[in-house]
Amino acid sequence: MASSSYEQLQQDLHPPLTRHEASVESDRCYFCHDAPCVTACPTGIDIPLFIRQISTDNPTGSARTIFNENILGGMCARVCPTETLCEQACVRNTAEDNPVRIGELQRYATDHQMETGEQPFKRASITGCRVAVVGAGPAGLACAHRLALLGHEVDIFDANGKPGGLNEYGIAAYKSVDEFAQQEVAYILSIGGITLRQDEALGEDFILDDLKRDYQAVFLGMGLGAVNDLGIEGEELAGVVDAIEFIAELRQSQDYSQLDPGERTIVIGGGMTAIDAAVQSRMLGCEEVTLAYRRGVERMNASQFEQDLAKVNGVVIRNWLQPLRVVGENGQVTGVEFARMSEEGGQYGPTGETLILPCDRVLKAIGQQFVNSVATGDGASAVELEAGRIRVDAERRTSDSQVWAGGDCIAGGEDLTVAAVQDGKLAAESIHSTLTKG
Amino acid sequence: MADLSSEFLGIKSPNPFWLASAPPTDKEYNVVRAFEAGWGGVVWKTLGEDPHVVNVNGPRYGAMYSSDRTLIGLNNIELITDRPLQVNLDEITRVKRDWPDRAVVVSLMVPCEEQSWKTILKKVEDTGADGVELNFGCPHGMSERGMGAAVGQVPEYIQMVAEWCKQNTQMPVIVKLTPNITDIRGPARAAMAGGADAVSLINTINSIISVNLDTMSPEPSIDGWGSHGGYCGPAVKPIALNMVAEIARDPETAGMPISGIGGVTTWRDAAEFMALGAGNVQVCTAAMTYGFRIIEELTQGLSDWMDDQGYSQVSDIVGKATPNVKDWKNLNLNYISKAVIDQDLCIQCGRCHVVCEDTSHQAITAMVDGKRHFEVIDEECVGCNLCVSVCPVVDCISMEQVTEGMDVRTGKPIVSEYANWTTHPNNPSAQS
Repeated sequence: MASSSYEQLQQDLHPPLTRHEASVESDRCYFCHDAPCVTACPTGIDIPLFIRQISTDNPTGSARTIFNENILGGMCARVCPTETLCEQACVRNTAEDNPVRIGELQRYATDHQMETGEQPFKRASITGCRVAVVGAGPAGLACAHRLALLGHEVDIFDANGKPGGLNEYGIAAYKSVDEFAQQEVAYILSIGGITLRQDEALGEDFILDDLKRDYQAVFLGMGLGAVNDLGIEGEELAGVVDAIEFIAELRQSQDYSQLDPGERTIVIGGGMTAIDAAVQSRMLGCEEVTLAYRRGVERMNASQFEQDLAKVNGVVIRNWLQPLRVVGENGQVTGVEFARMSEEGGQYGPTGETLILPCDRVLKAIGQQFVNSVATGDGASAVELEAGRIRVDAERRTSDSQVWAGGDCIAGGEDLTVAAVQDGKLAAESIHSTLTKG
Repeated sequence: MADLSSEFLGIKSPNPFWLASAPPTDKEYNVVRAFEAGWGGVVWKTLGEDPHVVNVNGPRYGAMYSSDRTLIGLNNIELITDRPLQVNLDEITRVKRDWPDRAVVVSLMVPCEEQSWKTILKKVEDTGADGVELNFGCPHGMSERGMGAAVGQVPEYIQMVAEWCKQNTQMPVIVKLTPNITDIRGPARAAMAGGADAVSLINTINSIISVNLDTMSPEPSIDGWGSHGGYCGPAVKPIALNMVAEIARDPETAGMPISGIGGVTTWRDAAEFMALGAGNVQVCTAAMTYGFRIIEELTQGLSDWMDDQGYSQVSDIVGKATPNVKDWKNLNLNYISKAVIDQDLCIQCGRCHVVCEDTSHQAITAMVDGKRHFEVIDEECVGCNLCVSVCPVVDCISMEQVTEGMDVRTGKPIVSEYANWTTHPNNPSAQS
């Protein structure tokens, strides 16, 4: 496979804006009243202010505005589906169908500040309170940073070898080049007062009660833990792989030529992970990549931009295909049989037609499943669940008054980095007010 | 098609756009390029006595920008021509010989002694130039030596030098005025009293364009120091328009030809200057920002607009707006207008709301029935036009006159009669 595709894997999807480009783009912001982009941002970053600070050549102030609401503003600038969040709300869409490039401006400011290595914040005086955070993904990191900022001591327990959660293991390489996930973790930890404990998994190396005993408060941000099964015949065949696992392996690979790209891949799913897996398969050198989704385009979770990205990279997107069974020979996958689906008059169902698409690899990307690592010895959950995930209130408090939770593991979790950051931040504020109530 | 040919003090040019006395007209090379591009005339960069002046050898200009580094103001500390007098005279002679249909006026600045003026006027006459412009405006450098704005700020000197010039030449004499005074009418009246054929204005405005916050030096910085310069460009246009109008409507100077200068960048700017009474316009910063080719936009734009409006020659538009410039006390207080927002054009940025709410009259909604919606509250709207001024979308908000019924803000009926402050009951010195 041409090495140029490997290079694509390591190249920014959007190259960083130069100072001139940032100046031109920032001048396009109208500094709206009660700006719709702010409302559309799950972390509520004051977008008009940070853009105005770029336009007045104050990138330090701009980064402070961003980090004040979202300490993972650097990663969010890279991975947020801005076209369905802030940029979708930009009034320039109405004016000229061309929103201000908020995500790229956010990256300009955060890159500037992170290059200095300085945080635009000072920690409050030490409170002596100790908080345990489970999971070093976006929710846990955001929670830990805010708690540390407020003067608390935080230990983060993370099951993986490296911190970052899905930022490190679960997103496409071209969205986080130059080890950005690790750079960002180091930057966040530079606030002080946070200790990372890798390879320590809740439910395996310790249980929730241990944390409740040793810490005044606990934040659960361990994510989901397992990928949904297709639940069909042939799923156990060799070549049928979790998309997240495929992405993690690729992200941790030091030498892409050692990875087998396969010749014909079928990715099953319609979300961001499906796109990330499909595009990276192509970049690795897989000749034919088909993304099969069981409903129409409009129901796909992947944004239009992501779908276009896949198409530009040679991925064939096929809608209305529901997998019926994986077919194989000698224990190896050779194809997937699909039922053709339709939706007429609001009725979704099979048309009766079936077809088999040949392949030598299947990547499953139909969402993740919560693995309840807070279950007690008798299998009961230590905190109350709702729809299979942890139930929390508006402040991200669980049913246990000493335990908070956020990110993908909570009910209503949005499967978005930026939403996880907001959970972590809100939980930290709630923990702080509980701990300091006296 | 409209006839753009222009005659100013008997000086003919194919269009009313002259390049002002400034760097673009300092040399034959530049002027020839300008004429090739289509400019109607030039006022040659100011000549002085030998030995010629010297300029700083560092930066001469500083800029003020709007969005996307659009230059809206330029400041300079350059002096008059820094070439030997004879070099300039020879070039002027050649240019006028080669371009007989274009206006070539020569800007002059010599000490306030009659002999100095007499001597240089003779030399300029010999070039075949069409006229002279007396530079009483330069606010920097030369004014420290008793010339430029130092003359223009003393009406008696203006009159005196104008008289000398009129006595010593047959060429038309234009007096270029400085805006760095309290009332432009004084210098204009003095120029007229001295027999000047016309005034041109404005020259540049005293200015410090910026301060370098790292070095604490004003800019442009010469070895860490700066000096005030002359400010020009689009940002000075409103000041220039007012001064032109003040002279055009002053009974003492009414009818005196005016050459309009100050931020002319587009055909529209030029039309506005002429509507307020300028017989032609002079341009500098726009050419220094975009190059000489803007003349195509200037001439075509003016011509298209004149065709559209049914004006056939340039003189048709000169002074058309002058009668409508009034003292505030004469404005019709019975004229009521209110803002109207075109909801189809509104992009929902909300700037009209927030500026009205924060800084004005609380007359625009932000939310209606729980939805983001910007609408004028007639009961509060005083018709101030701030919302129109800040709206980023063309024609989205307009001011519309209320012609019948009552003004729901004041509860008073709309009346069609004209009434102004001079007769208003709140005016202690109202005339009944």
